[in-house]
Amino acid sequence: MEILEEGQGKLLGWHDPDEQREWILRNKPRDLKDKRTTVQEAVSKYVKCGDLLVVGGFGHVRVPMSVIYEIIRQRKRDLKLAAKTAVHDGDLLIAAGCVSEIEVAYAFGHELRGLSPASRRAVEKGECKVVAEISNAAYQWRFLAGMMGIPFIPSRNMLGTDTLKKSSAKVVKDPFSGKPICLLPAAYPDTAIIHVHRCDKYGNAQIDGTVNEDIEIARASRRVILTTEEIIDAELIQSEPWKTVIPYYVVDAVIEVPHGAHPCNMPHMYYFDEEHIGEWLKLSKTPEGAREYFEKYVYGVENFDEYLELIGGIKKLDYLKEVENLKAPMVAPWVKKE
Amino acid sequence: MKYTSAELMACSASKILEDKTSVFVGTGLPIIAALLAQRSHAPNLLIVFEAGAIGAQIPVLPVSVGDSRTENRAIIASSMHEVMSAAQAGYIDYGFLGAAQIDMYGNINTTVIGDYHHPKVRLPGSGGANDVGSFSRRTIILMRQDEKRFVEKVDFITTPGYLTGPGAREEAGLPAKTGPYRVVTQLGIYTFDDESKKMKLLALSPGVSIEDVRNSSSFEIVIPEKVETLPEPSEEQLKILHDIDPTGIVIR
Repeated sequence: MEILEEGQGKLLGWHDPDEQREWILRNKPRDLKDKRTTVQEAVSKYVKCGDLLVVGGFGHVRVPMSVIYEIIRQRKRDLKLAAKTAVHDGDLLIAAGCVSEIEVAYAFGHELRGLSPASRRAVEKGECKVVAEISNAAYQWRFLAGMMGIPFIPSRNMLGTDTLKKSSAKVVKDPFSGKPICLLPAAYPDTAIIHVHRCDKYGNAQIDGTVNEDIEIARASRRVILTTEEIIDAELIQSEPWKTVIPYYVVDAVIEVPHGAHPCNMPHMYYFDEEHIGEWLKLSKTPEGAREYFEKYVYGVENFDEYLELIGGIKKLDYLKEVENLKAPMVAPWVKKE
Repeated sequence: MKYTSAELMACSASKILEDKTSVFVGTGLPIIAALLAQRSHAPNLLIVFEAGAIGAQIPVLPVSVGDSRTENRAIIASSMHEVMSAAQAGYIDYGFLGAAQIDMYGNINTTVIGDYHHPKVRLPGSGGANDVGSFSRRTIILMRQDEKRFVEKVDFITTPGYLTGPGAREEAGLPAKTGPYRVVTQLGIYTFDDESKKMKLLALSPGVSIEDVRNSSSFEIVIPEKVETLPEPSEEQLKILHDIDPTGIVIR
């Protein structure tokens, strides 16, 4: 096949499909095992310095924040981040000094809330290096190729742009249509961390609402840490198997963490805690402020329960349920008044 | 009547969307313009969000294109793969994007201001923008206009417009018959010349002159002989906009 153009971005997370099959054979048992553990143990065991990490959910939605905080608390370093819309998660990890390289579909911003002061500062100073650009669809299809066990997947985006020039994709002449087509390399992150609504102790998981690309990242990643609002009986999973979006055999660790996405949105349960996100956005304007935030909410607490008390406890969590159900107004300190 | 530029842009943009079509919306003003269309002249507008929600009737402005508001009374809460595949296969009529910089061919930048390796400002990157701009039959860009945003050459082509001119999209391998359709700013609405693919003035915002348009662009905008003037936002439109964004996140 004639190669027409090659992106100059760094290729992260690629393996020869046969090497990946071999890895799966050796590391992913097919027997039903109770995988319940703690966030501390899961992070200690499955997130290693230098790993390529991918985070489930989308932006500030259904993000496994208890795991993000624990990665920061355990001071993991030199992580590579697959930023397929990594927003609050990416901002905190970069600000805490955990990430040295990032492949960016979307990062350094908080959507309508504005740009991220902390991670922008790190990137503009060169403390965290952008090693490749990509688009959202292209990243998701890189994971799809990984999930399918194929070396690459063709797509019709990124063509003609600088996004492609800075990506790890290649452009070839399609042998069927004769037109130029983009080839996206498969991506196999070392570890995926995903927060779900419910799963059983083996890791069979259900998600309410959009799944974004969690179907693909769960299956493409070598290790999967699941946090869940609730662990339910396997019987319940098996009585409605069509609701399972992640099967147990791709999952390595299961931890029950109620409110585990706070301050992010858990669809149909609780809305964004905009006051908390606003506090982070305000404090992270300076390196000292960002440190103050981490001291208070991450290093200064033992675990996620203590953190939940600190952010306002039951009263705050009940309020966020009301906002989710449109029964209370959202309070957002970052809204600019003219 | 008193109105802000954000309100005017939302009204100008929403009119472009036709009923019984599909629109892929980006965060912020594009969502608001699509919701205004859905609540006025286009009740059957199929709104598509990149995180997987399709066909929602949205109660209030979502803060994120992936949050639970995007699923309200939707026909499907699916995945990015579902939505992006539908777009690549040809199911998306309109793509609705914001931009930090644009050039005369409608190429847009949301990645970096200044040198790529030593950025003056690092912006969020493509997100779904490159995909929307590659796959949608007609891409609409909503942005504020000034000399620094309407530039001769964008610092980084994040999302393809007509690239270097006529035929360049097809030559690059992008889907046929796609590309920028309208650019909506506080000063007016622009289209792209059929022959040259260069940006061309279509309509002026109320009280805006052709001189204002020229002075707020670093490249030459094609000015046709006849240019219409857009209407001011109506009281009813303004009421809908404030119902959509009661907190005043975008509309204020």
